[in-house]
Amino acid sequence: MHRRVTVQTEDFDLSTEVTQLRAGQPGVGAVCAFVGTVRDQNEGTQVSTLELEHYPGMTEKAIEAMIDEAQRRFSILSARVVHRVGLLQPMDQIVLVAVSSAHRGQSYQACEFLMDYLKSHAPFWKKEQTPEGARWVDARVSDDAAAARWGLSAQAKVEF
Amino acid sequence: MLVTVKYFASIREALGTGIESLETSATTLGALRDELLTRSNAHAEALARSRTVRLALNQVMSDESAALSAGAEVAFFPPVTGG
Repeated sequence: MHRRVTVQTEDFDLSTEVTQLRAGQPGVGAVCAFVGTVRDQNEGTQVSTLELEHYPGMTEKAIEAMIDEAQRRFSILSARVVHRVGLLQPMDQIVLVAVSSAHRGQSYQACEFLMDYLKSHAPFWKKEQTPEGARWVDARVSDDAAAARWGLSAQAKVEF
Repeated sequence: MLVTVKYFASIREALGTGIESLETSATTLGALRDELLTRSNAHAEALARSRTVRLALNQVMSDESAALSAGAEVAFFPPVTGG
C-alpha cells in the first residue's frame, strides 16, 4: 500500500508519484493529477517568496480523512496528496493531488473534490513576502464557494 | 483541569507564542475562548469574536459548543489558505 499523504519541505516529482500510484494496479484505466504552483503575484502585488505554515499532526489526519471521504463518494482506486511547507519561491510546486480510477470521470471529479476540500479545510497558512512587507494571505470566498458545491461548509468537521 | 492551547499563523504571531498550557474550568471551547479573551490585550484582540477564527479540538475542526475535557488539545487559527 502506497503512502497516501505526505507533508514535506522537499520538492516532489509528478512522474514518480503517478508511477507509484499505479504500481501493481492493472485495474487502473485513468489517472488525474493536479499540481499547484507558486505565482509571482497575488492581488496585484509582486510576491518574492511564500512561507507555508501548517498544523503538524492535524494536517495529515485531516487530509487522510478527506481521502476516505473521496473513496466513499467516488469509485476511485487510490489517491495521493503531497503538500509542501516552509519557504517557497515563485515557480515552485506546492501541492500534488493524484487520483486513479477505472474510468476518467471518477478520477477527474475526485481530484477536484480533494483539491476543493483541501483548500478550504486542511490547516495550512500562506504568508507572502511583497515589496510592502510580509502579509498573511486572506482566505478566498471563491474557495469556500468551491467547497460548498460539494456540500462542504466552511466550518464543517473533517471526521476521522 | 489542564489543557493545551495552540495558535497558528497570524494569531500565533499576534500572541507571540504558538502553544500554552493552562488550568481552566471551562466546559466548552466557547467558554475557554471567553477565558482566553481576558488573558491579555493581545488575546482580546487576536481571538475577538468580530474576527473569523477557526477552532480545532484534539486536531479535529470543531466549534464553540464542543465539550472540553482534561488533557484536551485546542487550537485557534485563521481560515486556512493552503493548496
